[in-house]
Amino acid sequence: MKQRVEIVKRIMDSNEQLAQQNQGKLDAKNVFAINIMASPGAGKTSFILQTIGRLPEGIRMGVIEGDTAPVTIDSDKIMAVGMPVVQINTGGECHLDANQVGLAIDELELEDIDLLLIENVGNLICPAGFALGQHANIVIASTPEGADKPYKYPNIYRGIDVLIINKTDLLPYIDFDMDYFREGVEMLNPGLKTFAVSCKTGEGFEDWLAWLEEKVNETRA
Amino acid sequence: MHELSVTESILKIVLQSAQENDAEEVTDINLTIGTLSSIIDDSVQFYWDHISKGTIAQNAKLHFNRVLATLKCRDCGLEYKLDEELIPCPACNSINLEIISGEEFQIDHIEIRIKEVEKNETTR
Repeated sequence: MKQRVEIVKRIMDSNEQLAQQNQGKLDAKNVFAINIMASPGAGKTSFILQTIGRLPEGIRMGVIEGDTAPVTIDSDKIMAVGMPVVQINTGGECHLDANQVGLAIDELELEDIDLLLIENVGNLICPAGFALGQHANIVIASTPEGADKPYKYPNIYRGIDVLIINKTDLLPYIDFDMDYFREGVEMLNPGLKTFAVSCKTGEGFEDWLAWLEEKVNETRA
Repeated sequence: MHELSVTESILKIVLQSAQENDAEEVTDINLTIGTLSSIIDDSVQFYWDHISKGTIAQNAKLHFNRVLATLKCRDCGLEYKLDEELIPCPACNSINLEIISGEEFQIDHIEIRIKEVEKNETTR
């Protein structure tokens, strides 16, 4: 006998449940967590290092580094500047998921952290579908990647809270159509909070850090 | 590449639901996938063929219901579907838009064959 069974279940539900558990652990210790997504080479690690170097006094930070290959290149850089860091190697998977991040969170002393930056695997497609337990999603778009990225990878621009446009120092040398880029973003995510920065020169970091400090203070209050 | 993880999720949900309904075989699986969800049908099918082997869902046919992204213009009210690239409102060129659909990624229903209740000693 054949029978039809209605399910109507969102396929990402089980990941989202784990993500909620992660957020519960973070909330219990008043930790504000950010999931940083970008294509390879957009400047995720440089952005984290610049943020560490300019961190407002009193904010204690931790980092989770996600990489697909078994490397510690990025986490070594974070460790070198004295920040607690946990490395996740996804073993070929193209994104972090809530399960992996949950295990990494358990390795951190959350008592000693106000701000957790999670560097996702470099990829503009896959990370968008996987909640981690973060309080904010950020995409770093760098100018040499081209202005067409919102049109080609719409999904990742949909669920984010902040957009960082990196490598503004290169604008005089490349053909990056800022209006076309911003229009694409506006169609997908109206009014998205956007900071244009250069990790090379430090330009634009004051505004980003002011936003960050406000969010961390709200979480600690 | 993330299709491997999502296909594993599909298999898990399908097998759980099949078990709850005393299925001996899953014959069909109906999925709704929005074009903005970045999920590729062929890729899901590819991983499905591998990971469903040896389960009661190994012969199930996957049906993909593709939903085109639908946008609504907040200025002139026009609703339009995106066949290809993201474009401003075709009527008034506004970029003040709302995405109404196209981000779905779900299992709608499955079809199963149920275990026959054992019939003892049928009369002749």
